[in-house]
Amino acid sequence: MNIHEHQAKAVLKEFGAPVAEGVAVYSADEAAAAADKLPGPLWVVKSQIHAGGRGKGKFKEAAAGDKGGVRLAFSKEDVVKNVEMMLGNTLVTHQTGPAGKQVNRIYVEDGADIESELYCSLLVDRSSGKPAFVVSTEGGMDIEDVAEKTPDKILTITIEPEVGVTDADAAKVCDALKLEGAAREDGVALSKILYKAFVEKDMDMLEINPLIVMKNGRLRVLDAKVSFDGNALFRHPDIMELRDKTEEDEKEIEASEWDLAYIALEGTIGCMVNGAGLAMATMDIIKLYGEEPANFCDVGGGANAEKVAAAFKIIMKDPAVKGILVNIFGGIMKCDVIAEGVLQAVKETNLSVPLVVRLEGTNVERGKEIIANSGLNVIPANDLDDAAQKIVAAVKGA
Amino acid sequence: MSILIDKNTKILTQGMTGNTGSFHTNQALEYYGTKMVGGIHPKKGGSKWTSDKGVELPIFASVAEGKERTGATASVVYVPPAGAGAAIIEAIDAGIELIICITEGVPVLDMVNVKAKLDKSGSRLIGPNCPGLLTPEECKIGIMPGSIFKKGSVGVVSRSGTLTYEAVYQTTMEGLGQTTAVGIGGDPVKGTEFIDVLEMFLADDETESIIMIGEIGGSAEEEAAQFLKDEAKKGRKKPMVGFIAGRTAPPGRTMGHAGAIVSGGKGDAESKIAAMEAAGIKVSPSPARLGVTMTEVLKG
Repeated sequence: MNIHEHQAKAVLKEFGAPVAEGVAVYSADEAAAAADKLPGPLWVVKSQIHAGGRGKGKFKEAAAGDKGGVRLAFSKEDVVKNVEMMLGNTLVTHQTGPAGKQVNRIYVEDGADIESELYCSLLVDRSSGKPAFVVSTEGGMDIEDVAEKTPDKILTITIEPEVGVTDADAAKVCDALKLEGAAREDGVALSKILYKAFVEKDMDMLEINPLIVMKNGRLRVLDAKVSFDGNALFRHPDIMELRDKTEEDEKEIEASEWDLAYIALEGTIGCMVNGAGLAMATMDIIKLYGEEPANFCDVGGGANAEKVAAAFKIIMKDPAVKGILVNIFGGIMKCDVIAEGVLQAVKETNLSVPLVVRLEGTNVERGKEIIANSGLNVIPANDLDDAAQKIVAAVKGA
Repeated sequence: MSILIDKNTKILTQGMTGNTGSFHTNQALEYYGTKMVGGIHPKKGGSKWTSDKGVELPIFASVAEGKERTGATASVVYVPPAGAGAAIIEAIDAGIELIICITEGVPVLDMVNVKAKLDKSGSRLIGPNCPGLLTPEECKIGIMPGSIFKKGSVGVVSRSGTLTYEAVYQTTMEGLGQTTAVGIGGDPVKGTEFIDVLEMFLADDETESIIMIGEIGGSAEEEAAQFLKDEAKKGRKKPMVGFIAGRTAPPGRTMGHAGAIVSGGKGDAESKIAAMEAAGIKVSPSPARLGVTMTEVLKG
């Protein structure tokens, strides 16, 4: 689960990280009050959307002006003006896709005098299975670009989970960031703070870009991006409250309520599959036969008829869907249960597009019988290849 | 020969009294009499569990007790996500040799703690978030459908559960059959990686060929490809077919499995396919042609 920058900073602040004073605002009136509360003479006005590259982004609407989604303001009037210009408009960044994202809240923050910009993140390193700091002196730019052009400038410091961040680990982080004096003192403390926040809140990724050294020699978290492990949210009700559903696809929200893994895509063939790997493979084979998938949908291991029907209805909500492929290889899931769910959904949605169903695995014969005896217009398929060819042919023929 | 499990493997079930654990313990008993020897429940120790066909199994209060009383060397975990990490650690502490965690949705940091324990122990963990493993006509641990298997010569290793079934089903249809199929699971932090299983398949005389199924995210496939290259230089090499799921997945989105994500240009399908092909694996572009491709490779 992703949260906004201002929320991430509030979480980090609780753990003692140095962040600037700031206020999240939802209207121009609130912006004026926020500017009054902050000392000035420099304010940073930052669009809050769940996507990176906001500073270099562009608004779709002319009224928002030519500048990006992060702006400097040198007067209180300037703060209000920029909030008015950005609120409600659509910001397009390299991470939002061409559709962009509507800016519904803005973070007004006290400005800082920047001496240098650094990069610091924490994640779980897959190959060692341990948490690791990834740091670089090249902050303020896309870390992917740094990785591509100067990979030697990115350093990884692995932490032993049973011990946590030791003084030696913190020193390694500071060395990698070339910190000295007061900034080094801050760096030692911050390494431990960030690690504590990461572990205690079950973060998936904690990225500070940039982490800045200010003109006064101290460190500050200038931007923060935090995502949480969705599987651990059950033990963090406080974090769950930070979820902003306006940032998510409506169909994806409904899917999550049914515990379905659904991701909306751009194509025309709706897919309903059990298992993430098979769901991806089903998308791949559709593309191999010359069409594009409309979604990724994994109904998971323990689906019942109601859940299958819910998945079906969510897939049907996408107006771009011109055909549906159901591909189930039952291990935990029983094919007859799937078949009943599909039929229930077909009846309830008055399905008007071609539907291909491929069933295999536990109780497959009973599942196939249910489909065959339903009297409904369902195209049965014998295997994955057959299923993909049939749905592509049906969509192209339509 | 098979790898990891055979008809003599004795297995405890952690979470046997739940719906999933109960269903699959039944299924395992029915699969060539897989030696399920008992279940674990901290509060129900001393009671009995009865299978659909009337087989009674003892419930023990702890894994240590279960191991002591039955001589089990393996344990399968169906415990819900919040308690799965602790269940695995209990099995490690009891000295169980082979632990298989089927549970999906275990928090990553719980697995970090498990892995730290595991590294210092003599136990092997498979999973979490995996379908388990199966040696045809001998032993079934986990949730794979036994009906699609056939005793044979192909070793199957996969990050994806249902794609494991595809590979098994297709090699059965081709008449090749399997020695053992291992689902290593789709989570970013897991007990067993491709390399571990590939090493076992290379060492197993009955395994004549190998199917390896990866997916986007991480670099385990690239590491496995490098391992295979190094082993080939030592003269250890078997015909291999591969597949990578997620060629069409958009970057930055987690595709169902917590581990399946292309981020920052890393972990994409194309680089994995290139690495695997460079290691001599015939990578099938279609998930429906794994079996056929293997037959072609074996014919030369």
